[in-house]
Amino acid sequence: MKLAGFLLLVAGWAIVLAAVALLPSAGARLGFVLAGLATELFGLALATRSHLVLPAEGE
Amino acid sequence: MTPFVAPSLPSSADVSVGFVFVLCLLLILLVPFAGAGLALINSGLGRSRSAAHAMVGALCVTSVAALVYVIVGFSWQGIAGRPDHGFMIAGKTWGWIASEPFFLRGLHLDLSPAALVVLLQMLSVGLAGMIPLSSGSDRWRLGAICASTALLAGWTYPLFAHWAWGGGWLAQLGVNCGLGRGFVDGGGSGAIQVVGGVTALSITWILGPRRGKFSAEGMPAALPGHNVVLVLLGCVFAWIGWMALNSAGAMLFLGVEPGRVVLIAINTTLCAAASGLAAAVVTRVRFGRPDASLSANGWIAGLVASSAAAAFLKPAAAIIVGGVAGILVVLVADFLEFQLAIDDPGGAVSVHAVGGLWGVLSVALLADAGRGGLGAAGQWLAQLVGIATLLGFVLPLTYGLNWLLDRVYRQRVSREGEVQGMDLFELGAGAYPEFDIHGDDLLTR
Repeated sequence: MKLAGFLLLVAGWAIVLAAVALLPSAGARLGFVLAGLATELFGLALATRSHLVLPAEGE
Repeated sequence: MTPFVAPSLPSSADVSVGFVFVLCLLLILLVPFAGAGLALINSGLGRSRSAAHAMVGALCVTSVAALVYVIVGFSWQGIAGRPDHGFMIAGKTWGWIASEPFFLRGLHLDLSPAALVVLLQMLSVGLAGMIPLSSGSDRWRLGAICASTALLAGWTYPLFAHWAWGGGWLAQLGVNCGLGRGFVDGGGSGAIQVVGGVTALSITWILGPRRGKFSAEGMPAALPGHNVVLVLLGCVFAWIGWMALNSAGAMLFLGVEPGRVVLIAINTTLCAAASGLAAAVVTRVRFGRPDASLSANGWIAGLVASSAAAAFLKPAAAIIVGGVAGILVVLVADFLEFQLAIDDPGGAVSVHAVGGLWGVLSVALLADAGRGGLGAAGQWLAQLVGIATLLGFVLPLTYGLNWLLDRVYRQRVSREGEVQGMDLFELGAGAYPEFDIHGDDLLTR
């Protein structure tokens, strides 16, 4: 889950980069940038969840 | 070689270049106050048995950061308008890494804007490196602190700083894609604070929580800082340093005129004041009394949030930026601790990462459209791309580097060291030798 989270973070960034570099219209750019950010947030949630400490570990 | 045009040191008919240089230099010489403030805050928010370790750690971070940055870091960051490596996309060049020689060779360190940029950056990278110190408080080994700082100063920081300040692709978003004036971050809300903040998050993940922080049921225990007076004194030092940092950064990286320094100082102060008060009010409402350490964190979050846009805000907008930062810092700190079980003793993630991201966003949301060409609609997109880069590139990079470091050199101190305290275990002497017994030393762990 940790690896998937970080891969999603990078994938979201790649979507944002591709949108800015390749799309000509402002609307499409904004849409894909927001989609990329949403992907990143999902990745961040997964990465965070994978680091949740079990009670026995944190004791 | 990229077509980006370097912002020249500002001058006007009635202000000589010499005056501007001296003003910039004086401001930069005040920046270490910000580092001193953060060091005092880190030490005060940690436990007394690790107080000397926190201060020595801050000194080590500053030293390692300055050395590594001068040896290799500046080579990757560079200065706008000087040679860099770029790649072509859709017929446009995107600068991704500078190509300066190591050890600052090839630079004339004299009365030039380039020399001022190097000096400011040498201090700024130390400031960024000090941010993770508070999240690793009471359990981060000194050797690991130095090694992690070397990675930050040698790679993570210079890469993003090149993109934002060194004429890299984020700064070129305006020229290449018509997105406002490109990514704007005058005093380093993103390039310094968020870079440090996401590194702090990585460190908390890698180190895990302090022993005794979470109960068997997963409930967090309160481990209050040992000296709130140090924390509040640190806030005052940080305030002085931040006014200087925001002013010098805006002049050197955004080319604002020297007269704007007064506005920047006013806005920085308003942000900190509104944020500190907002945090005090929120904690008063939630807990019945204002919380001193969270109010201090609110003050710092206001400074952090002010950095990106201080040169372009109207005073009323600065109050809004600060107020939101103060509310955010309390809510996020609670969320991280209670919901995500993240043990961040100094609140580095909520203060620097979240406060910094809000500061970057505030450029598009609240900056005075009439100043600095920030009125274009594309500015929103440029700031969002910057945020996406901080989360999608800088966080995985800094986590990966620190994870690899942890594989070859364990970053967390041993159980024995944690129980004994970092001062005695790593330094051989405590900060407060007259208090050699602590209440929680006697608890079973």
